[in-house]
Amino acid sequence: MLLTIRSLDKRFPGTRALDGVDFDLRAGEVHALLGENGAGKSTLIKCLTGAYRRDGGEIRLEGAAIDPRSTVEAQDLGIGTVYQEVNLLPNLTVAQNLMFGREPRRFGLIDARAMRWQARAMLADYGLDLDVERDLGSYPVAIRQIVAIARAVALSGKVLILDEPTASLDAREVGMVFDVVRGLRDRGLGIVFVSHFLDQVFQLTDRITVLRNGRKVVTEETRGLDRMRLIRHMLGRELEAETADRAARDRGSRPAMLEFRGMGRPGLIEPFDLEIAQGEVAGLAGLLGSGRTESAELLFGLRGARTGEARDQSGPLQLRSPRAAIAAGFGFAPEDRKTDGIVADLSVRENIALGLQARRGWARPIARAERNRLADDYIRRLDIRTSGREKPVGELSGGNQQKVVLARWLAMNPRFLILDEPTRGIDVGAHAEILRLIRELTEQGMSLMVISSEIDELIAVSDRVIVLRDRRHVAQLAGEEITGDRIMRAIAATDAADSGEAA
Amino acid sequence: MNTRALPLYATIAIFLLAWLVFWLQFPTVLSTRVIGNLLTDNAYLGIVAVGMTLVILSGGIDLSVGAVIAFSGVFIAVMLRDTGLHPLVVFAMLLALTTAFGAAMGFLIDRLAMPAFIVTLAGMFLARGAAYILSIDSVPIQHPFYQSLQSAYWLMPGRGRLTLIGVLMVLTFVLGMVIAHRTRFGASVYALGGGEATARLMGVRQGRTIVMVYAFSGAMAGLSGIVFSIYTGSGYSLATVGTELTAIAAVVIGGTLLTGGSGYMFGTFIGVLTMGLIQTYIVFDGSLSSWWTKIVIGILLLAFILLQKGIMKLSDLRLARQAR
Repeated sequence: MLLTIRSLDKRFPGTRALDGVDFDLRAGEVHALLGENGAGKSTLIKCLTGAYRRDGGEIRLEGAAIDPRSTVEAQDLGIGTVYQEVNLLPNLTVAQNLMFGREPRRFGLIDARAMRWQARAMLADYGLDLDVERDLGSYPVAIRQIVAIARAVALSGKVLILDEPTASLDAREVGMVFDVVRGLRDRGLGIVFVSHFLDQVFQLTDRITVLRNGRKVVTEETRGLDRMRLIRHMLGRELEAETADRAARDRGSRPAMLEFRGMGRPGLIEPFDLEIAQGEVAGLAGLLGSGRTESAELLFGLRGARTGEARDQSGPLQLRSPRAAIAAGFGFAPEDRKTDGIVADLSVRENIALGLQARRGWARPIARAERNRLADDYIRRLDIRTSGREKPVGELSGGNQQKVVLARWLAMNPRFLILDEPTRGIDVGAHAEILRLIRELTEQGMSLMVISSEIDELIAVSDRVIVLRDRRHVAQLAGEEITGDRIMRAIAATDAADSGEAA
Repeated sequence: MNTRALPLYATIAIFLLAWLVFWLQFPTVLSTRVIGNLLTDNAYLGIVAVGMTLVILSGGIDLSVGAVIAFSGVFIAVMLRDTGLHPLVVFAMLLALTTAFGAAMGFLIDRLAMPAFIVTLAGMFLARGAAYILSIDSVPIQHPFYQSLQSAYWLMPGRGRLTLIGVLMVLTFVLGMVIAHRTRFGASVYALGGGEATARLMGVRQGRTIVMVYAFSGAMAGLSGIVFSIYTGSGYSLATVGTELTAIAAVVIGGTLLTGGSGYMFGTFIGVLTMGLIQTYIVFDGSLSSWWTKIVIGILLLAFILLQKGIMKLSDLRLARQAR
């Protein structure tokens, strides 16, 4: 065994990011590491590459216990990493990037000719013939990725970790990178492949390890694993665990309040149609990277749609910016509330009044008494646990922060509210309260779109579930069709099965 | 061709064009006298711009250099007046002092993760204040060694004078080119300017590199101060106000990206000469106010910033087309 990890632990304040994880890597295999957001993939990789220090457990490389303290140390031990984006410097030449830190020198000065020559020799191993004197930034991303792999292999040479190396590549470029990876596997390297493109995982890897909530779920041969089982492992849901929570949610079909036609943006999400009825909850299901958040960002004008139109009963809507979307009565509580949702240093009161004030404009301040009333009102209605309205939001727990974000939107009284992972990282009690709140809101006539990785959660709250895969809306389920099994089948289906056209 | 080199070519083209226009009007501009004076008059600016180029390449900025030059002049003048030390000893003391001063600023920038703008702004006030403490009057330097330094020149064909300080500037640029383009330290500087996080991942020792960059800039400012004191024959605490900004302008006109990571030392040399040429033209013309120098430099700066933006757009477009 090339690399063995035994009962690896890593704790962060408040969470256990890794909990007794085991992982084995053979020489000459490509091993996929899979899991949804927060499963612990990147923590595991960071422990391996020395970016984090582990709190417990053991890592052995070729039988010897190792404890890398920095990426450079990990590299010297033989563990190299290629990340999705920040690998190399676009402002240096290809040769400089390849040879950085190991430049051949004569009389203490860099020998440019020898450097060129060595760089070309390195790339020849990968079948690349480039002008190594040109800036790396002038080459396409796939070439940059291969140059990054070449550098990582030259520096380390035993274990290669590929962290979503194909996320910004097209199909032909993915093929190029895969050929390189297969060549390295045949040379006896152990390769860890992290990706959320399941097609690619099945195409390239020999074994798969799935993590969930900081624990290892399973390690299996890729060949013997079918998609359905894999997705069940990733989402952590057994079929028998049907929720009885969906009683009497069907209230017949209602007229569409909002209509989106052909909304899309090349490279981000393929055009999709969507109708939202008043008081309806539309759930978006899909794996990480399937285009759920991207759909929401498009509807909210955060990223401009290149195609399509939006309209309500009274006519077309302009959604060119979040400002325009808010004016149209939309709201969006983003996934990463710490950076995108709250202003941590401002008080609960200020955070709640923020959206309303922004809409009124700076010239018409909301009176102090009115702001206090607003804050107290929502603290009571949403049961926000805080010692007072003047406490900085950053000091509240995750669930209460989420409630503050909700309160801000509710104060503006939107007709359509998008919630991206509303229950991520919050405790069980707050979880239930947020779901209860969603139901209350719809009863008052508000329409919601809920994005979630938790299938049970979607089943519990949604009137309709839209399933996404590979940046496309591939299925829509309503009423009785909304079951965990149906959703997972839709996620697991291959492209060939529902469209007959390759990605 | 590398798109990164385009601003450099543009700089050279503008310089040659300006010279051509100049020459059509005043043919004497090609004489070695004008060239000699161009080097001499801009020697202190060129030397300090070498340090500034490295700082800007690393993604930083050094606002203290103008004040350090003034401090250097006053320091030298006061030391020569009040002690019996030989000027060479005073030079060595001064260079050690300004290098340490630069290194200390670099240390603060790195350790406190403070913006270079703020730290070096504080350094600027500190150096200027220290100069005032030494003397608020202009102090003349009357050491025999200084007189021999001032009159040291080689006569070029055509009776042009290649002065010692002019040669010193050219040598400094050669040193700067070697450091920036032919050493691992230079490569680290470019790497930091290209992206700190990535540079760290590639094994750049960030703290050490930043300290060395500002120490180098401090040393260059000290050297520039020596040259300025030879040039003016005195030390004055109110001298070279705003020189740091002129140096930054020379670096940008020389084609270096103000955000760091891209540029050439040779470009800065051309940038300094371009600015000197504009000044010379105004002297030749005689009827123009010397403020026209500032206006032309302002226009050139703007043009170069726009040019760099345009080039970035262009290479993005080219990439997008390749990808298709």
